[in-house]
Amino acid sequence: MIGSTDNNHKWRKIKSALASAMAFVSALLVIAPLGFVFFHLLASGATSVNWDFFTHLPAPVGEKGGGMANAIVGTLELLGLATLVGVPFGVMGGVYLAEYGSARINWWLRFVADVLNGVPSITWGVVVYGLVVLRFKSFSAYAGGLALGLMMIPLIMRTTEEVLLLVPNGYREASLALGINRWKTIVHIVMKTASKGIITGILLALARIAGETAPLLFTAFGNRFWNHDLAEPIAALPLQIFTYAISPYDDWHRQAWAGALVLVVGIFVINVMVRFLTRGRTAHFA
Amino acid sequence: MAIAVSPPPSAVASQMARSSRLGDKAFEWLTATMALVVVVLVFLVGWQLASESVGPVRKFGFHFLTTSTWDPVSEQFGTLPFIYGTIVSSLIALIIAVPLSIATAIYLTELAPLWIRQPITSLIEMLAAIPSVILGLWGIFIMIPFLRDYPFPFLKKYLGWTGLFTGPIYGVSMLAGGIIIAIMILPIITSVSREILRSVPNLQREAAYALGATRWEVTRIAVLSYAKKGLFGAVILGLGRALGETMAVTMVIGNTPQIALSLFKPGYTLASVIANEFTEATTDMYLQSLFEVALVLFGITILANLVAQLLLKTLGGGASTRAVQ
Repeated sequence: MIGSTDNNHKWRKIKSALASAMAFVSALLVIAPLGFVFFHLLASGATSVNWDFFTHLPAPVGEKGGGMANAIVGTLELLGLATLVGVPFGVMGGVYLAEYGSARINWWLRFVADVLNGVPSITWGVVVYGLVVLRFKSFSAYAGGLALGLMMIPLIMRTTEEVLLLVPNGYREASLALGINRWKTIVHIVMKTASKGIITGILLALARIAGETAPLLFTAFGNRFWNHDLAEPIAALPLQIFTYAISPYDDWHRQAWAGALVLVVGIFVINVMVRFLTRGRTAHFA
Repeated sequence: MAIAVSPPPSAVASQMARSSRLGDKAFEWLTATMALVVVVLVFLVGWQLASESVGPVRKFGFHFLTTSTWDPVSEQFGTLPFIYGTIVSSLIALIIAVPLSIATAIYLTELAPLWIRQPITSLIEMLAAIPSVILGLWGIFIMIPFLRDYPFPFLKKYLGWTGLFTGPIYGVSMLAGGIIIAIMILPIITSVSREILRSVPNLQREAAYALGATRWEVTRIAVLSYAKKGLFGAVILGLGRALGETMAVTMVIGNTPQIALSLFKPGYTLASVIANEFTEATTDMYLQSLFEVALVLFGITILANLVAQLLLKTLGGGASTRAVQ
């Protein structure tokens, strides 16, 4: 009898160790794709990233060389336009969620914002096509920026709310006790204190949308040349990668890898910047 | 003189109060309007998609969802193969991703040595940051040739009898689509599950340990059963993402509208058909049918997200909300 409970105990220990081992292997499998993607990006992309890549227009089929200068600038322009749409709504909406509103209303607003976050990115492309492209009869940088900007709103709203709630209530009370208006308190005390966090949220949202392709397919549309008018179609790095990846030409495949490497490095640089900013923030409140 | 000019103090105070109240009201309304935009957006998207798809809704009715002919030339539009492809590829993704993600979340909250938790979490965040189109690029040139040469023939040889792994192996296939979606939803299911598990009170664990449970028994009895509802929410959230995943799937699934049992056959999803054909839609009915495809996709993803958020938000403490982005 004692022997059997001993065995049972041993078996339970073994089972526990097995479960731990399987969980460990799962964790390795989850991060494995990251390693593979990174390895192949470097292996296939690094050789094609050169000065020309950043300074030249795409070369015609069959011609070697060329770059994605227009797509890089185009992506930056689109991100700029998206910021103009996403930041005011996102930040001010976040202020409302953190500073005003009843618990019930805010629960619903948060709920809707999170549901909105789950809307497939291609939906934004279709909707903005209907709203802007059909109406103005042209693909344009404005349409692309709007599609990306709308995606940013719920993202920024939620992060802004979160960092504003981190500001200790004592700050608000101290300011109000000095007779400062509520809105001035919010803008000059609360938002100022949380500014690093708000900027972090904006940067994260930008990193999230910088690689979006689906919303741009029928809004920004892509362009093989420089765009001098935001009401015209504009090139974007993710679009260019997509076009090149599904093309039958080896040269274009190489360019697609190079573009992908540049895009991923850009996104990771933003993420690292964010890490520095948040480090400052946690230190501040600790 | 100065005394004569300045108004009585009480008047100053009330004037200040009035202007500050006005400023406060204005600011509150301004921020409220900005916050309400999220609600407006949901209705705007629904209205825009619905109003553009009135034509095909009138013409095809429910046949739009239940027939399989997608022929722009003769203007016959049935989306059953796309719906089938969307559901099957998402299910494959869930079958692969759910066990891995939840096991990883368990590892990160219950089992892993403390020093390793943050690095792994950061790596998973990095995986989430890789754009869909880049994963698709990797899928076309690295994953597909690998699958074609090693795992697919293996599956065909040993599991061909199930009927799921038969026929010629092209590489691009429903299975490849499912695998790439699985990679895309691993991070979100993992990070949401992790938040859920972290929100399980330590008392639960301590009680089980006190009864002499092993580490795994503590996890299974005290943690997982407690977190069941939240984990289910995490899975549904992953499903919502899987259904709407576009670029990477479009690049590896083969884009052929057919309903076939074999997962080696190419498929097509709702999101892919929009991505591929939207700019080529030459007739009004064609374009409006694609709007209706978008409407169907919007409907099912909204539904999945509603269910997921309800499950996650009714857990009590706001633990889940942070990860859900």
